[in-house]
Amino acid sequence: MSSDTTRGGPPSGRLGTPDQMAARDAERVRSAEEAARRRRRRKVVGYVPMVLLALFFLFPLVFMFVSSLKPDAQILSDIDSPQAFLPVGDISLDNYSGVFDRVPVARFILNSVLVTTLIVGLGVIVNSMAGFALSRLEWSGRKVLLTVIIATLIVPFETIAIPMVYWVSKLPTIVMENGVPMYDFGWLNSYHVQIVPFIANAFSIFLFTQYFSTIPKSFDEAARIDGAGWFTIYRRIIVPLSGPAFATVAILTFLPAWNQYLWPLMVVQQEELRPVMVGMQYFFQINPAWGEVMAYTSLITLPVLVMFLAFQRAFVSSIASSGVKG
Amino acid sequence: MTRRSLPGMLAMTAASATLLAACGQAGQADGGSGGGGDADGGTTEISMWTHSAGNPAELEVYEQIIADFNGSQDDYEVVMESFPQGAYNDAVVAGAAAGDLPCLLDMDGPIVPNWAWAGYIQPLGIDEGIIDSLLPTAVGRYQDEVYSAGYWDAALSIFARESVLTENGIRIPTTDEPWTLEEFDAALVTLQGAGYETPLDIGAEDAGEWWPYAYSPMLQSAGGDLIDRDTFLTADGALNGPEAVEFFEWFQSAFERGLASDAGTIGNEEFNNDEVALSYTGVWNALGSLEAAGDDLLILPPPDFGNGPKIGGASWQWGISAECADADGARAYLEFSFQDEYIAAFADKQVVIPATKGAEELSEMFGEGDPLQPFVELSQLYALERPPTPAYAVISSVFERAGKDIMNGADVQSTLDQAVQEIDANIESNDGYGF
Amino acid sequence: MAMPAQQITPHALPDDDAAATGRARRRARSAREGHRSAYWMVAPATLLLLLFLVVPVLLAFGLSFTNARLISPNPPRFVGLDNFVRAFTSDPTFVRSLVNTFVFAAVVVPLQSGLALLMAILVNQKLRFVTWFRVVYFIPVVTSIVVISILWDFMYQRDGLVNSILDTLTFGAVQGTNWLGNTSTALPAIIVLSIWQAVGFHMIIWLSGLQTIPEELYEAARMDGANAWQQFKDVTWPGLRSTMVFILVTITIQALGLFVQIDVMTQGGPRDSTTTLVYHAVQQGYRRQETGYGAAISLIFFVIVLVIALVQRWLTREKD
Repeated sequence: MSSDTTRGGPPSGRLGTPDQMAARDAERVRSAEEAARRRRRRKVVGYVPMVLLALFFLFPLVFMFVSSLKPDAQILSDIDSPQAFLPVGDISLDNYSGVFDRVPVARFILNSVLVTTLIVGLGVIVNSMAGFALSRLEWSGRKVLLTVIIATLIVPFETIAIPMVYWVSKLPTIVMENGVPMYDFGWLNSYHVQIVPFIANAFSIFLFTQYFSTIPKSFDEAARIDGAGWFTIYRRIIVPLSGPAFATVAILTFLPAWNQYLWPLMVVQQEELRPVMVGMQYFFQINPAWGEVMAYTSLITLPVLVMFLAFQRAFVSSIASSGVKG
Repeated sequence: MTRRSLPGMLAMTAASATLLAACGQAGQADGGSGGGGDADGGTTEISMWTHSAGNPAELEVYEQIIADFNGSQDDYEVVMESFPQGAYNDAVVAGAAAGDLPCLLDMDGPIVPNWAWAGYIQPLGIDEGIIDSLLPTAVGRYQDEVYSAGYWDAALSIFARESVLTENGIRIPTTDEPWTLEEFDAALVTLQGAGYETPLDIGAEDAGEWWPYAYSPMLQSAGGDLIDRDTFLTADGALNGPEAVEFFEWFQSAFERGLASDAGTIGNEEFNNDEVALSYTGVWNALGSLEAAGDDLLILPPPDFGNGPKIGGASWQWGISAECADADGARAYLEFSFQDEYIAAFADKQVVIPATKGAEELSEMFGEGDPLQPFVELSQLYALERPPTPAYAVISSVFERAGKDIMNGADVQSTLDQAVQEIDANIESNDGYGF
Repeated sequence: MAMPAQQITPHALPDDDAAATGRARRRARSAREGHRSAYWMVAPATLLLLLFLVVPVLLAFGLSFTNARLISPNPPRFVGLDNFVRAFTSDPTFVRSLVNTFVFAAVVVPLQSGLALLMAILVNQKLRFVTWFRVVYFIPVVTSIVVISILWDFMYQRDGLVNSILDTLTFGAVQGTNWLGNTSTALPAIIVLSIWQAVGFHMIIWLSGLQTIPEELYEAARMDGANAWQQFKDVTWPGLRSTMVFILVTITIQALGLFVQIDVMTQGGPRDSTTTLVYHAVQQGYRRQETGYGAAISLIFFVIVLVIALVQRWLTREKD
């Protein structure tokens, strides 16, 4: 929007008298300087609200990281001064070693990485295939199914959590009894109970459907003439063209998967299978250990932030470039 | 329960399935599942859940007991799984729904009747001699049957500094002559005048079971109750009678007048920093305050609201699940575990009152002349269990909400009437919970 | 909610005039194969959604007509519409939940989408480091809402960080309150934190919309002498139409489902001032063990969201 300021004087094609030319040159220099000044001013003005907003978005997290380095008493006493945001005073990693004494952090992180990777990995496959069929193939029932899938977006997980626990506890599973596969019932207390229910995702299907429908259909027809099957078209043509959609879905399914809390609380009993968010509960004993809470939250937030920062360009631009255009 | 759960996702990606299975097995090798399976050497595994994850001091004692027990005989092997306290009840309820409870599980005292009624746990059936040796509030009963027993109890008291009370001319109460409500109220007003902005830390910033645990004894001291304990069928008259209304009106005014704060930091920091003069809190905070106030620290009986001081009894206790296939092994373990030595270790590490006389003497904190001995006396004199009815789970939640509403200025009588209506409706829709 | 379904069908319908040609025959064959392939390709997702969404919803539906308990030795009984009658006639907390949920959504939807748009315009400027500002605004989105709720709970205390900052910024003129303990400030406090957490996401969506508007349109508008506001009104806003619909729908659904913040921070208090439908359903169905009643509240919730979504779709329909 601000690119109009770069427009300088008139084009230098038409020649006038030397006087006029000199005057015009001077005029041009003046107006260029003027424009540059305006641009600078506008830039400064543009930065002010952005910086203020940045402070607003950052201060709680800075407070969290800084507090994780302080003993509880100092966290409370520093609140009244700017020291709350500065790593000063009795700074140490004690809270972090306290966290490692209290919680099997490494195991929890490993569990979360495993669960999250599989939800995201299997999720993009399953949901993109569905998105492909829903956007590029013609078949009866397509519209109805798409409408139903999108309608399921209104169901918040919390409201069906209780019937879900009951339901997954009745699902069959394969058990190896002395090397012989047998059936048993009940999915509780496992990795798959944390993964399988979250693979299919209506929002992901919606995003894939949106994105795929923006790719010209002529690609498919050309491939069909060459004798390619639909699955080949999906795999060889559509998937390679849809990087941003895959990135977006991966990111958007990664976050809730990493942050799972209520569900694992209800369905996982063994400590060895618990994900990171459940570990939060360990610090709320009779008196909460605030320093350790801050250290633990920092520990489990940091991997996500680092990953986000590393991929931020792809991250932001992929969300921006994927499917929300109508 | 010894399911080796292979993922049901084999068809989807073989690679991920292999990874899952590998991790699942690794998890089990580390120690989790229990019951039923007699693995190697003919020992039977006894699974056990505690609420103690995140509490290394407590876990340490359990690990010691389990190691000793497992080493003492060849028939059973106890395997422990620990949960964070905040998620524990949810885990048990989910486990019960799925028929997946362990043999041994611990539980907060007041929930015992609910779980007994629901059929989660079976009568304890351990040596009567052990039960008789315990503090009465360390034993959980439902319909005259013992369902649980614990190694300790907790107790609440009023923390104060002797110097502060003396300076302000406030009488130091004793168990023979505790503060009356008028005295207590006057003392708070005096202390407020002496510069303590909100002189009493009553703990109102906390949530959950703390509310009925801390404030229903006050209600009982005033002559009210959570439920009519003769029939266990209605709260009418107990929770909304004139005594209850009178107590809650005082409770509300204490906040209105700023005698107590409705906010603050959970814990006892305010008292330790001398920002409040009195603190209504538990034995678990005593060591920190002893450190902060030294000899100046007073551990005082709670005020008498009319019917003598009362404090809440019953802490975490152990029971055996109904579905336990090896209840004898579970009993053997529990009987083994109730040794004075272990009970004293819990008491000293957790800072809670040991449940036996013998452990009291072994303890370094609760014995005769030890600094925390007053708590033992308070517990013996005043402890009262919360109503032993399966309805307690709901009563607790209703009471917390009503109490908070009143603290925040709601009309006392109508709030209590609404609470009574909710409790009674719940009891009725559960066909009286077996009473 | 069926709104987006229409938007994604641009290439769908076969054209009739192509009949009886070889191309059509090929197309018919390909359509048949398309059918088979389509079924295979939607099958995994559909099956999983059936198992882990539709079935639990139906279970909840069934439970809502019974007096099922979470913990009870007695089998559930069919009680007809009792649970629904109870919600509307003898449960004042339910009514409060309904009101709070609407208030929350009514404030959050316009505020959050408006702020997000403002931020999107800011970070759409051609300035250095602008990407980094986008990143910073997005950071709360990638942070767990549980973590954020615990953090803000701590900061909202009377002696907490929020009051300390207010005190400093206003040189002591503003004396903060116990934000979450006060009936008049608790819900606004939760609104602020909720917007703080989620607004970055919608900023990015708006930004994507902004970047699809061709620069030539702005040039043309400037040629016509349009000022910044007119450019926004005549070029930007019409260009953001479908983005706007998307944002409206996602924020509405997210706002109506408010739960975690309440559960961690206020448990519905003080005096029911922050209780919401989803929180009340969980509270009744789980903590108070009345599974049947909790399921009934969930069902009422589904119906309300569905109605709102349909109304939104009708209001934002393309008026050809």
